[in-house]
Amino acid sequence: MSAPSSDPNRSTLEHHGHYEPTTGVGKWVDERLPLPRLVYDSFVAYPVPRNLNYFYTFGGILMLMLVCQILTGVFLAMHYVASVDYAFNSVEAIMRDVNYGWLIRYIHMNGASFFFLAVFIHMARGLYYGSYKAPREILWMLGVVILLLMMATAFMGYVLPWGQMSFWGAKVITGFFSAFPVIGVGLQEWLLGGYNVGQDTLNRFYSLHYLLPFMIAGVVILHVWALHVTGQTNPTGVEVKSKQDTLPFTPYATIKDAFALVVFFVVFAYFIFYLPNYLGHPDNYIPADPLKTPAHIVPEWYFLPFYAILRAITFDIGPIDSKLGGVLAMFASIIVLFFLPWLDTSKVRSTNYRPMYKVFFWIFVVNAVFLGWLGSRPAEGIYTPLTQISTFYYFAHFLIVLPILGLVETPKARPQSITEAVLGSAKASGGATATPVGATAAPEKKG
Amino acid sequence: MMKKIAIALVGLMAFGGVTQVAQAAGDYPIKKPRKVDWSFSGPLGTYDKAQLQRGFQVYKEVCAACHSMNLVAFRNFKDLGYSDAQIEALASEYEVAAAPNSEGEVLMRPAQATDYWPNPYANAQEAAYINNGAVPPDFSKLAMARAVERGFPNFVFDIFTQYSASGPDYIYSLLTGYGQEPKPEYADIDPALSYNPYFIAGPALAMAQPLYDDFVEYTDGSPMTVDQYAQDVTAFMKWAAEPTLPQRKAMGFVVIIFLSIFAVLLYMAKRKVFANVKH
Repeated sequence: MSAPSSDPNRSTLEHHGHYEPTTGVGKWVDERLPLPRLVYDSFVAYPVPRNLNYFYTFGGILMLMLVCQILTGVFLAMHYVASVDYAFNSVEAIMRDVNYGWLIRYIHMNGASFFFLAVFIHMARGLYYGSYKAPREILWMLGVVILLLMMATAFMGYVLPWGQMSFWGAKVITGFFSAFPVIGVGLQEWLLGGYNVGQDTLNRFYSLHYLLPFMIAGVVILHVWALHVTGQTNPTGVEVKSKQDTLPFTPYATIKDAFALVVFFVVFAYFIFYLPNYLGHPDNYIPADPLKTPAHIVPEWYFLPFYAILRAITFDIGPIDSKLGGVLAMFASIIVLFFLPWLDTSKVRSTNYRPMYKVFFWIFVVNAVFLGWLGSRPAEGIYTPLTQISTFYYFAHFLIVLPILGLVETPKARPQSITEAVLGSAKASGGATATPVGATAAPEKKG
Repeated sequence: MMKKIAIALVGLMAFGGVTQVAQAAGDYPIKKPRKVDWSFSGPLGTYDKAQLQRGFQVYKEVCAACHSMNLVAFRNFKDLGYSDAQIEALASEYEVAAAPNSEGEVLMRPAQATDYWPNPYANAQEAAYINNGAVPPDFSKLAMARAVERGFPNFVFDIFTQYSASGPDYIYSLLTGYGQEPKPEYADIDPALSYNPYFIAGPALAMAQPLYDDFVEYTDGSPMTVDQYAQDVTAFMKWAAEPTLPQRKAMGFVVIIFLSIFAVLLYMAKRKVFANVKH
């Protein structure tokens, strides 16, 4: 397949209809600040591949989750007191005395988990359908930036209720920064605002916890912008080639996204109302006590795979001691995602046409879940070697499997176009120009 | 009053020290908690007010001698079915520190409905000193701050059964778990501690058996047994930890029905929109 930029037939993003202001006010605004036009072009006329499945609805779901977290967070901030003496009790006052405070807090608390659940599904979708491949490298990397910001936001948010896990989680995580040579201890003290987790730490974490979601929102705008430049991928992995390949965003994607969103919210609501503390840890209902270490310090579930990788390095590697090694491995587990577009040597996007990668994809998913489970276990006995094997495989998937697979795998025959894939043959599409000449010659030939 | 003092003394003598038993984590508790069919379980669960009142009575007459409940105010007892007059009468039985008077003295005054439950100790240091170093935990969140790990695959099934009573089940099991002969391997425990196979952090804990049959005089005909006391006071503790639970479950029921119907309508709309479109 030729590079998209040099493909003369790649007439993507041909919009369905155009914004025509009908009222005088509409025309007046359009000539000065065409914001309604932007919204119309982005969410009404914007063309989406006609064959998107439900895994493609998670981008929209994530947008709603971000809005939901920011809104509930703003209301929580009206009642929260960032003080080591009052933080725990102010959260309890929200739960007991603020009107519907329990609801707002449980939404926010479980919202973090469901935000991560949705983002993991969204990323797995990207991995499966090769959404990171050219020309969507920047789109993917912006997504990784969002993930990093989300992790920082969630970590700092978990510290705010000032329970035992808040305090000790903050202590353990910031403690890792002291592993860096020379600058480590200074870096840790700079992060904490002191020698230990205390009032200064809580104040700055609160400030940053309020700031970072807006930075996420900013990167989300870039992410969506990049998406609207390249267009979406689709389950065939074949680029949009003609207008017949697409449907206008509204009503098609709108109604499908809305349905998926409401189903997602049914599950979300089930946890908010019936299992609000299922994903949390009971120790965080004990006020923080700097003199009493909990038996197990366990992060929230969405950090567990990364926590397992952190603990996997129990040996020194040359000048790098095990502590620094663990920290580097944990950061590397995210950083490696930035290089994914170049580590995957296959030109075929969709895993549907990659029989070998399909197997490795599912092994990767199972391994990631297994890593998460290992992260919840104490770092002792059989768990340590299992964590090491699992961590090795996590990196091997990106650094060994993906580069080699693209070279040795023979992909299955791919359809000429989305229209052909949907309708069975190009002819059935009503004679439209669904298969531009020379678009994908011999698609079964491995890329 | 004599009973109250006697109970307090029993408690004081029994507190042998901090309950830190250096054992590999994961070995405890020796026995998994026993499950109780709580009124607040399930999608329509709610508190049983009569039970909460009995549990409050047990707390007031037994537990409150050592355990504070800092986050619960007298006004909150309205949830238990008491009238404003009853709450004011109850509050006036207790004394709290008044604001400094014009000469700067801090005198005691009768508590009001807006006051919080008075702490049995002046501060944590006093609590630790009297109890041989172990501060009796505050009751406000205890039912949500304790849980025995459910383990795989139970934690998966719990999603579907809505099991979220591991805190109350643990407390109930602990309260009814005294008086058993320690297994031989635990025979050499500190005599100041009490063996309890349900304790989460070791074979024995500092708190001596707090409840005995006929210890608290019930007036509603409920059985005056350790088992009943334990259930009642645990339900009360769950209420203290999460007084908004009934609103949460009632609203959840409506929200989920609403969202489900909405989802069906959206699905039908989606089918209609895509009816003539291959996708």
